[in-house]
Amino acid sequence: MDMKRHYYEDVRLFKTNTALALTVLFLAVLASLPFLVGDYALYVLNLIAIHSIVAIGLNILVGCTGQISLGHAGFFAIGAYSCVLLMVKAGLPFVIALPAAGLIAALFGFLLGLPSLRLEGPYLAIATLGFGMAVTQIIGHSDFTGGHMGIHAPRMSIAGVVADTGPRQYAVIMVVAVALGLCAVSLMKTRVGRAFVAVRDSEIAAEAMGINISWFKTLSFAVSAFYTGVAGALMAFALEHVSAGSFNLILSITFLAMIIVGGLGSVMGSILGAALLTYLQLKLQIIQEAPWIGPFLLEISKRYFTTEGLPNIQSIVFGAIMIAIVVFEPLGMHGIYLRCKRYWRMWPF
Amino acid sequence: MNLFFDLVIGGLSIGACYALVALAMVIIYKTSEVPNFAQGEMAMISTFVAFTLMSDYGVGFWAAAGITLLFALALGIVLEVAFLRPAKDPSILGLIVITLGAEMILYGLAGWKWGANQNPFPVPFSEYSGISPGGIMITEINLWTFVTSLVLMLLLFLFFRFTKLGVAMKAVQQNHFAAKAMGIPTRRVLSFTWGLSSVTGAVAGMLIAPISTLDPNMMLDPMMKGFAGAVLGGMTSLPGAALGGYLLGLVENFFGGYVSLEFKSVVAFGVIVLILCVKPSGLFVRHFERKV
Repeated sequence: MDMKRHYYEDVRLFKTNTALALTVLFLAVLASLPFLVGDYALYVLNLIAIHSIVAIGLNILVGCTGQISLGHAGFFAIGAYSCVLLMVKAGLPFVIALPAAGLIAALFGFLLGLPSLRLEGPYLAIATLGFGMAVTQIIGHSDFTGGHMGIHAPRMSIAGVVADTGPRQYAVIMVVAVALGLCAVSLMKTRVGRAFVAVRDSEIAAEAMGINISWFKTLSFAVSAFYTGVAGALMAFALEHVSAGSFNLILSITFLAMIIVGGLGSVMGSILGAALLTYLQLKLQIIQEAPWIGPFLLEISKRYFTTEGLPNIQSIVFGAIMIAIVVFEPLGMHGIYLRCKRYWRMWPF
Repeated sequence: MNLFFDLVIGGLSIGACYALVALAMVIIYKTSEVPNFAQGEMAMISTFVAFTLMSDYGVGFWAAAGITLLFALALGIVLEVAFLRPAKDPSILGLIVITLGAEMILYGLAGWKWGANQNPFPVPFSEYSGISPGGIMITEINLWTFVTSLVLMLLLFLFFRFTKLGVAMKAVQQNHFAAKAMGIPTRRVLSFTWGLSSVTGAVAGMLIAPISTLDPNMMLDPMMKGFAGAVLGGMTSLPGAALGGYLLGLVENFFGGYVSLEFKSVVAFGVIVLILCVKPSGLFVRHFERKV
């Protein structure tokens, strides 16, 4: 079944015809959704797509290369601000500003990767965390970026066509997301991707095999930052407004939670995790409107807590999910998928 | 020149808070190699407990502080038993994620229970009057912060040096298996480590609350500064972490006073990244390269 007789079978983008068929089906569903669902559902899908891009990028760094980053909100902010500023202040078209924003974020990722070469564990966590904090503070206090008020994002437009309706926005964002997702899958099958995994599994063994650890670690930071920067730029257009306050530590933790929940080192897991947590985030903010559980929670809030603090349940649920995943299913949703697959392959034995 | 001394005093006062948070982090990191990101929220919840005791139940400050410290001890132990202990053989990333999860839970609970309002935290020390030797104003609250932190550090030092439990904690940190073989109940010691760290953090929280405001975001900044201070001094050295905290407070205050108040918080992290480039394990700890 899974026997590979040739090297090229191993590096193919789609391992089996079933995988290819499923992917095509998935893409067809994505393409037909704008004709089937309303604007709010498209907005939710946009957020999921954007968060998936971040999760895929972060997973390249955390899951594949084995580094820790608590500063991805910083790259997200850099991407969002540089894209909007390039369009508003420099007058660049969207098609150029979007990749440029990703490249600027990648440059910062490269720079942050340099001190990280010598750091690991908690030291790396605090360095990246400090980077994220510093970016938010600088952007929030600088007049050039609009200070605490933030700036208004213009509309996306490609070759004169302005993406002013829900389906058009969805089209742009989803095309970018799918393209970046496929890039990530193929990246992991190249020399670079394998080098990342080798660095994660054992730095010294990787070095002994002739992998330049410094180069690949910083490259991993840069690639990850590129993904996050592009996602940040798209987020600016989806929300039509960027402000420094939204790129906080909680956002970085949420990104990390997405890949932990989805599964480390897996593109599919990143997408699953991003989709689940984004959906939960939107639903938990209005939990008091949920049937059965909503009135019950309201009653508890009135008696023991405060009603205006009820949306904080989101943090509690996220935290509980993160802990539960690490304790019970360290591979995340991808791990559950793998176990199901293995079980059914040998069924009924 | 007066500005200089004012900055020194302000820096030492806020540095004392950072040092306490740093110590709380290092106490846990030393024994169990867990960088505890929930430290700040643990302290924040404890401070809120003190606040509720004083404002809703009319308990006096000292009694409230005492009850709060007991609460903090219980909170730390409960967190360790409930979240850290069930994880089987987790990686460093796994441990970080668990503490981040605990942080989110505590943050959410505090936001749910007390809302996002900023409450004043009443203390029996004045923020405006104090002693002024040689024309330099030292407010009561600065003095108290500084003295409390020093006393607590001395107590911690004595605890680790002279009590059986303190020595057991050091043994667990040096060699887990040998400690177990010598009959030390390592799991109980680990739980107590969390309790002790939580108490230290709670003291820091109660010292920080009067100079800033009391809300669920209160400890976000001090926690990161404390963590940064601990990293600066080296995560495995108690005196190093304390010195790192003071140093960070001074650097930050001087930068705020002489260069730019707005970017005060940024410089702290800039300094950390620079120092880590030169000394990857902090200032006061020797760096070990990991062997195969």
